[in-house]
Amino acid sequence: MLTAVFREEAGRLTAALVRALGDFDLAEELVQEALLEAVEHWPLEGIPQKPGAWLLTTARRKAADQFRRRARYREKLAQLEGDGVSLDTAEGDDRLRLIFTCCHPALSREAQVALTLRAVAGLTTVEIARAFITSEATIAQRIVRAKRKIVEANIPYRVPAEREMAERLDEVLAVLYLMFNEGYLATAGAQASRRDLAEDAAWLAGLMVRLMPQEPEALGLLALMRLHLARADSRFDASGGLMLLQDQDRGRWDRERIASGISLLQRAAKWRRPGPYQLQAAIAACHAEARSWEETDWRQIILLYDALMALTPSPVARLNRAIARRYLDGAQAALEDVEALAAPLDNYYLFHATRAELLRDLGHDSDARLALIRALSLTENPAERALLERRLA
Amino acid sequence: MKYVLLFTDSKDRARQWDAMPEAQRQAAYGPINDWFGKYSSKITGGHELQPERTATTVRFNNGKAVVTDGPFIEGKETIGGYAEVTVADLDEAIAMAKEWPTGGPVEVRPVIDRGEPQR
Repeated sequence: MLTAVFREEAGRLTAALVRALGDFDLAEELVQEALLEAVEHWPLEGIPQKPGAWLLTTARRKAADQFRRRARYREKLAQLEGDGVSLDTAEGDDRLRLIFTCCHPALSREAQVALTLRAVAGLTTVEIARAFITSEATIAQRIVRAKRKIVEANIPYRVPAEREMAERLDEVLAVLYLMFNEGYLATAGAQASRRDLAEDAAWLAGLMVRLMPQEPEALGLLALMRLHLARADSRFDASGGLMLLQDQDRGRWDRERIASGISLLQRAAKWRRPGPYQLQAAIAACHAEARSWEETDWRQIILLYDALMALTPSPVARLNRAIARRYLDGAQAALEDVEALAAPLDNYYLFHATRAELLRDLGHDSDARLALIRALSLTENPAERALLERRLA
Repeated sequence: MKYVLLFTDSKDRARQWDAMPEAQRQAAYGPINDWFGKYSSKITGGHELQPERTATTVRFNNGKAVVTDGPFIEGKETIGGYAEVTVADLDEAIAMAKEWPTGGPVEVRPVIDRGEPQR
């Protein structure tokens, strides 16, 4: 509940304060302090009827405390106390400016992620630290450094011009996708103490779609996230063990989310500007729509991988294409494709795990075992290790 | 706001450049001159530097100045020149750097301006 309110209000308030104060660093700090106060009060007193206004009042008070100590901010205080801050005017543009600044390419990827989570999605530093299993001090320092660079290097606070837009939007989407993967791949079952980064990333992608409805890749990324989240609960069995797509109980998939992902993808397709996120979402949609593993439309999936590789050649995409070929053209053809990837993917556990499966299919049991042992040496994720160990036993 | 663009190049490429016959080097300057021409209204200072072999470094050992031959940074890259540019913000400086034609990396650094209060 608190999470939903924070997500909706934090970015709005930060954006409004940056506009009023012309000071990104200060605005972001004030919102963070207001959020921390809300974390203390709301669970006991209930969420106020107008949470945005409550946060604004609190941020104003925090500002007054700070400004009293710093004479040169007197003017800014007047700005805050008058009608200088409004939470509604030109709201969409404001939040976009905020997102593009947090995801500016002159900031490191780690800083972009932390800053976006804090300033746009309203996570506290503690929550970000927990999500990335690192210390609060590390995250705090990352954010301080990023904000200092924004001020000192004069990173502009604005929505990029048309000619830069494609590149800058790619950057934002890459930040959100990394955030999503971090949450989606790391969580083995729900942990109450850890805010679900995948859900936060999906919310942010939804915000991008609301603010830039004409961008098909933003729609594609949101579709991709929804389609993955639809299957999130069926990825683990009762004891927390990893369940592969082919073994998952499709009855547990969230049909509503799948339908929404597919309709987003259809909306994106109308623009006739395909991109990597739309293609990956289309592949995920093929899986989501198949009634069983056997009935999956492998031919379509291979075509989609071909299109994806034409846009962004990546050995991981080639590996996935090879896996699809196994069901269309057989294990021998798939193994030949996989073997061709030995050089770029030698340190990737899924390369060896896939090779092991194919070798076993073809009756080369001892080679399969060796490949499994190699795969096991390349992953530390407990759920993945458990799965490989089961196969070795 | 002022920024300095530091133009760097790999040492190998700097040596090739140095060894070029004069006519070829003049031709190679074409795109660089075009860049300076295009941005002449934004460029408020800067110089091309003589090759690294001309560098002398003064170091301090317990306060005593010691003069040595060579650059102070020992690495794969060398600084070939710099331009001071006066532009609106980092994005504008980055846009200029992206068009730098030599293929060498360009470091963009804001200049400290003591003249006006920090935003």
